[in-house]
Amino acid sequence: MKWHVRFVTLCVAVVFLGAVGTAASGAQQPYKGTALRVVLANHPWADAIRPLIPEFEQATGIKVNAESYFEDQLTQKLTVEFASGTSTIDVFMQRPLQEAKQFHKNGWYTDLKKLIDDPRLTQADWDFADFFPAAVQAETVKGFVTGIPIVTEQEIIYYRKDLFEKDNIKVPTTLAELEAAAKHFHNPGKGMFGIVSRGQRSPAVTQFSSYLYSFGGAFDKDGKATLDTPEAIKAFTFYGDLLRKYGPPGVLNMSWPQALAIFAQGKAAMYTDASVFYSNLLDPAQSEVGDKVGFAVFPAGPAGARPYSIVSWGLSMSATSRHKEAAWEFIKWATSKETTLKTQNRQVPSARTSAWESEEGIKNFPAQLVSVIAQSGKIGLPYDRPNVIAVGQARDIIGSVIVTAIEGGDVAAAAKKANADYQALLDKEK
Amino acid sequence: MLRGGWLDRNLRYVFPLPALVFVFVMMVFPIAYTLRLSTTEWSMSSMAPPSWVGAANYASLILSDDRFSGAVWRTFYFTILAVILETLLGVSIALALNREGRGRNLVKTVFLLPMVATPVAVGMVWLLIYEPTIGVANYFLSLLGLPPLHWLASPRQALPSLVLVDVWQWTPMITLIVLAALTALPRDPFEAALVDGATPWQTVRHVTLPLLRPAIVAAMTLRAIDALKTFDIIYTMTQGGPGFSSETLNIYSFVLGFQYFQMGKASALLMIFFAIVLGSAIVLSWARRPVEA
Repeated sequence: MKWHVRFVTLCVAVVFLGAVGTAASGAQQPYKGTALRVVLANHPWADAIRPLIPEFEQATGIKVNAESYFEDQLTQKLTVEFASGTSTIDVFMQRPLQEAKQFHKNGWYTDLKKLIDDPRLTQADWDFADFFPAAVQAETVKGFVTGIPIVTEQEIIYYRKDLFEKDNIKVPTTLAELEAAAKHFHNPGKGMFGIVSRGQRSPAVTQFSSYLYSFGGAFDKDGKATLDTPEAIKAFTFYGDLLRKYGPPGVLNMSWPQALAIFAQGKAAMYTDASVFYSNLLDPAQSEVGDKVGFAVFPAGPAGARPYSIVSWGLSMSATSRHKEAAWEFIKWATSKETTLKTQNRQVPSARTSAWESEEGIKNFPAQLVSVIAQSGKIGLPYDRPNVIAVGQARDIIGSVIVTAIEGGDVAAAAKKANADYQALLDKEK
Repeated sequence: MLRGGWLDRNLRYVFPLPALVFVFVMMVFPIAYTLRLSTTEWSMSSMAPPSWVGAANYASLILSDDRFSGAVWRTFYFTILAVILETLLGVSIALALNREGRGRNLVKTVFLLPMVATPVAVGMVWLLIYEPTIGVANYFLSLLGLPPLHWLASPRQALPSLVLVDVWQWTPMITLIVLAALTALPRDPFEAALVDGATPWQTVRHVTLPLLRPAIVAAMTLRAIDALKTFDIIYTMTQGGPGFSSETLNIYSFVLGFQYFQMGKASALLMIFFAIVLGSAIVLSWARRPVEA
C-alpha cells in the first residue's frame, strides 16, 4: 500500500511543481521541455547533486533523466553506447585520467572549449579560471576540453586517533614510521590489523602510485618504462611486504569498498586511500569509527612525501548529444560556483579555488582534513596512474607486480617482465 | 489452382522463413561479423574505422600471449573439475532421491533453489561467505578444527573456490535431469535383476547406471558447454584475480574488448573460444552414442 500512496503523492507533487514552474518563468526558459539524459557514477558527487536537480529543472524547464552505475559498469555502458554511434546520452561523468585520452581519440566528446569561449552561451561569472589549473589540464587534450572537473582527491593516511593516543605512537610522517606503526598495532588474534590498502590488481595501482613516487620511482620517463628501476622495485617490495605482514587476510581481493569496510569496522589501525572517502568513514550508518578517524599527509619516503593530487571525475558532453546547448546549461549549473559550494558542503572535494577559499565551502570538512588536503595539494603529483591511452591495460601490467609483491613472490622478475610489457605498450602508442 | 497458387507451391519455403530469418539475424550474422572484426584492429573509435590486419590477432594470441594460454588452461580446469564434481554429486543425489515417500517434491523444490537464483546475487552472497576475516566459510573450517583459508584472495585457492560455487549452483540441474530419466526407465531389467538375486549395489552398477548413460552424458554436455562459458560468478567475485589467477577465456575476452578497447583481438579470441566450445560439444556428443556391440 505504501508505495501506492507515495506514487500518488509524487504525481501530485510533479504536477504541482510543473504548474508553479510554468507560472514563475516563461520567457527565460529557452530550453523548456527539453529532456536530457544524464549518466552518473555511483559516487558521493552524484549523491550530492541528485537532490539539487529539481532546482535546475524548475529554473530552466529542462527535464533531467539521471541514471547511475558503478564505475566499471559506467565505462562499459558509455563505451558500448558511444561505439554504436547512436547514443542518446547528453551528459556523463567520466574519469579524465582513466578515459579522457581514449574517449577523445575515439571522438566521443563534445569540445567544451568552444562553448566556454562563446559569450552568448557562457556568462563571465561562471569563471573557468576559478578551477585548479592542474585539474583543467587533466581534462584538456591538445587544447580540446573534454570535461569540467568536479571532484579532486589526494592520497592520505586515515588513522585511528584513539589507538595512536592510547599507545602514545606518533602519527607517521615517513614510510619507515608507517611500517613501524603498522607493526605495532598488528594483532590479528584480536582482530586488529596494522594497515589496510587496496590489493586488487588494477584498483591497487592508483593507491600504489604515491608509494612509488615517494621512493623516487615513476611509471615511465621520457617514453621509457621505468618499472624495474631499483626505486620502483623497492616501492613494490615495500607495499607488498607492508600488506602481507601487517594487512588483513584477503587483501588481494580488495578494492576500495572492501578495504574501506575493514577500516570502518574498526579492524585496522591505518588505511591509505583517496581523501574522497572520508565522508563514508564519518557516516555512522557505514562506519563504527567515525569519531575516531584522524587524517595525515602521505608519509615521506627516500624522495620525500609525494602523494598524488588529482582530479578524479569530470562532467562531459557526448559528441552525439542532440541538445548541446541545453546540456551545456546543465553542466554549467552543476559546476557553477553556487552548486559547487552546495556539493562541497555535502563533503565532496571540488576543483574550484573559490569553494576552498570561502568559509562556507569548508565548514562541513574536519579542520584536520582541510589542512591535510591543502598540504597534499601543494606537494602532490597530477597523475595517480600511467598517462597513456590504454590506461586499463597499463594498470593490469603494473598491478600484476603489486600482486606478486603482496604474495611475497619474486618482485624483481615480475617487475622486469612488466617493464617489457609496458614498454611495448608505450612504443605502440607513439 | 489459380488462387494462392504461388503460396501453395512455395509453402515449404514460406513456413520456415521466420525461423530462417531469425537464425540468420541472431546467429549467422553476429558470428560472421565477429569473424570479420577478428581480422582487423579497431578501438571502437567513431573516427578511425577498423583497419585490416589479417591473422595478426590470432598469431599474437596463440604465439606470444601468456595471458591467453593461461586462460585456456584455466577455462578447462574450471570446466572439467566443475562438471566431474557436479556429475558425481548430481547422480548420487538423484539415486538417493529416487524412492517413493512423502516430502520428495519438497526436497526437489528446495534443490531447485540455487538454480533459479541470479548468478550475480549468488556471487555477492558467496563473496561474503568466503570473506577470510568475517565470512562463514572459515568459521565452519574452525568448527572442524581446520586452519582458515584465504579462498578468493589466494591465487592458488581462487579458482577451486569458484568451482565450488558453480557446483553449489548447478549440481541440481544434473540431479533433475537424472531424476527425470530414472522415472522413465523400463521396469523389466530391475525385476530380472531382483529375480537373479543381485544386491542393490550390483543393480545400480550394472543396470541403473548403464541405462542412465545417455541422460547423464546429455546432462554433462549441457553443463560443460555452460561451464566453459561461465562469466557472471567469476566477474562478480574476482574479476579474474588475484593477479590473473582466475581469468578464464570469457573474462579475458571481456577485458580485451571493453577495458582495453582491442575489439579485433577480442573478436579473434572469441572465434577461438567458439571453436573450443563447438569442439568440446562434438566430442561429448560422440560419447553419447550407444556403444556398438
